[in-house]
Amino acid sequence: MTIATDQNRALIEAGTDAVPLDPAELRKARSAQIERIGRWVLPVVILVLSVILWDRICVWNEIPHYIVPRPGLVLDALIQDWPILSQALLNTLRITFGALMIATFGGLALAILFTQSKWIEISFFPFAVILQVTPIVAIAPLIFIYVDSVEAGLLICAWIVAFFPVLSNTTLGLNSADHNLRNLFQMYGATRWQTLRYLRLPAAMPYFLGGLRIAGGLSLIGAIVAEFVAGSAGSGSGLANQILEAGYRLNIPRMFAALILISVTGILIFLTMNLVSHLLLRKWHESALKQES
Amino acid sequence: MTVTAFETGPGASASGPAIVSLNRISKTFSNGTVALKEMSLDIREGEFLTLLGPSGCGKSTVLRIITSLTGPTTGRIDWPLESASQEEHELSFVFQEPTLMPWATVFGNVWLPLRLKGISKKAAHDRVMEALEMVGLEAFSDSYPRELSGGMKMRVSIARALVTKPKVLLMDEPFAALDEITRFKLNNDLLQLWETFGWTVVFVTHSVFESVYLSNRIVVMAARPGRVVNDMPVDAPYPRGEEFRTSGVYADYCRTVSQALHAAMDANDHL
Ligand SMILES: Nc1ncnc2c1ncn2[C@@H]1O[C@H](COP(=O)(O)OP(=O)(O)O)[C@@H](O)[C@H]1O
Ligand SMILES: [Mg+2]
Repeated sequence: MTIATDQNRALIEAGTDAVPLDPAELRKARSAQIERIGRWVLPVVILVLSVILWDRICVWNEIPHYIVPRPGLVLDALIQDWPILSQALLNTLRITFGALMIATFGGLALAILFTQSKWIEISFFPFAVILQVTPIVAIAPLIFIYVDSVEAGLLICAWIVAFFPVLSNTTLGLNSADHNLRNLFQMYGATRWQTLRYLRLPAAMPYFLGGLRIAGGLSLIGAIVAEFVAGSAGSGSGLANQILEAGYRLNIPRMFAALILISVTGILIFLTMNLVSHLLLRKWHESALKQES
Repeated sequence: MTVTAFETGPGASASGPAIVSLNRISKTFSNGTVALKEMSLDIREGEFLTLLGPSGCGKSTVLRIITSLTGPTTGRIDWPLESASQEEHELSFVFQEPTLMPWATVFGNVWLPLRLKGISKKAAHDRVMEALEMVGLEAFSDSYPRELSGGMKMRVSIARALVTKPKVLLMDEPFAALDEITRFKLNNDLLQLWETFGWTVVFVTHSVFESVYLSNRIVVMAARPGRVVNDMPVDAPYPRGEEFRTSGVYADYCRTVSQALHAAMDANDHL
């Protein structure tokens, strides 16, 4: 078999000796290549164009910089205020990843607990739903009354927003293990722990990672929203606070700079989650396999 | 019809004593479906028994009751050759689908039954490879199921069933989803293994041809309620090969079994 594939490769490399591809296949190969490049180039081009357009609109309409700053000004703010902004960014990141951690492990643990007993699930799932459907801005003020530490309050808020997708996805995944495989485990006398470890957890992995991908973005949103509500100042303050403070001072470029940092953070979290998901699933799961037809 | 119901022919009795004994087994599901009614069957040691019958006649239910995945509503199962203290019966099950874990390699899948008994990867290695050699897949131990063809997946599934060295092998329409050429190949390989190792095989199929080719005893079942309507030996010598598949004896058996199957299905038209 290896010989056969080596031959194929040799034929392809030799080029002229190989059987030429028919026009339809050639077109397919070319369009696949174009798509590969376009996937990266197009978003960048659109982004650059929109920044230029933003700049032009400011100039053409003579919009004052304290209403909409030109991109150059925002960049200046980003560089000059970097000591302040980077500190705020670190604070926001700390809350975001703290909440994401608790949401991940808490969601996973709760999901496992739920699938161990139908009665536990029936009893407690409604609470999870209530927490999920109540807007966090409505709960946050209460939390900051009851919890003394601002940081703990922020963590709780971000966690409430982020844990539900992990919980519900993982619960679904744990219950989606193949019926025949479950019978097989039962037939071989597998313990509850073995069934969880070797069957249900691996089967739940794609679902769990899907939940994690959503939770990553949500924990950032949770952290930012909670900080707006808390309105905390001082050394522990994050990017949301920078936006509020800059707003009071009409320092619009810094508002934009903080906003950009938040967006970039969100994008990076999303890309990281995608990468983790791909690495863990590429060996076996459909979602991570290259399309071959 | 030449074969009367419940007849026990000489070919069938050539096998050993009963290894599994079903005594007037009935199964009624909670929704009221009577899947089996008063079914009695002695499965003898070393025989290749085929359960043949229309869809829904309770073939899978019989196998699930033998494996204790579900209990009978009334009736008893005995394992006459085993001591009462023996908790686990030495049996394995092969499903219609390969039922492999997609996240595990071929090795990991075959290792599973041993792993569940607490046998480490290292300790299980030789036995897993031995089982893979039996089905001709030793070169694919590191592949993932998605990289294999349907027939190869089925072979992995069989290797997983064989790795525990079972005495009884239960197979529920294992080759039904495969193309005919692959099915013939797997039929031959299964027969060869059976002749070498002498397990007791209970094989479920709804193919008359497959049942005659493989087994030395065919039990025909009818539906609503599920029951045994015919029990006939196939007295052709093993090893069986292409010459058997094209012989007049084979054709005669196919005709007889086919008639018995149709009689079983006609029985329901009066209900
Ligand atoms: N879990 C179940 N609950 C209710 N009815 C069932 C269940 N399993 C099987 N049945 C019914 O029992 C009958 C026999 O099923 P089965 O043993 O799967 O038949 P076969 O394998 O011969 O096709 C069918 O009518 C089927 O619908
Ligand atoms: Mg069936």
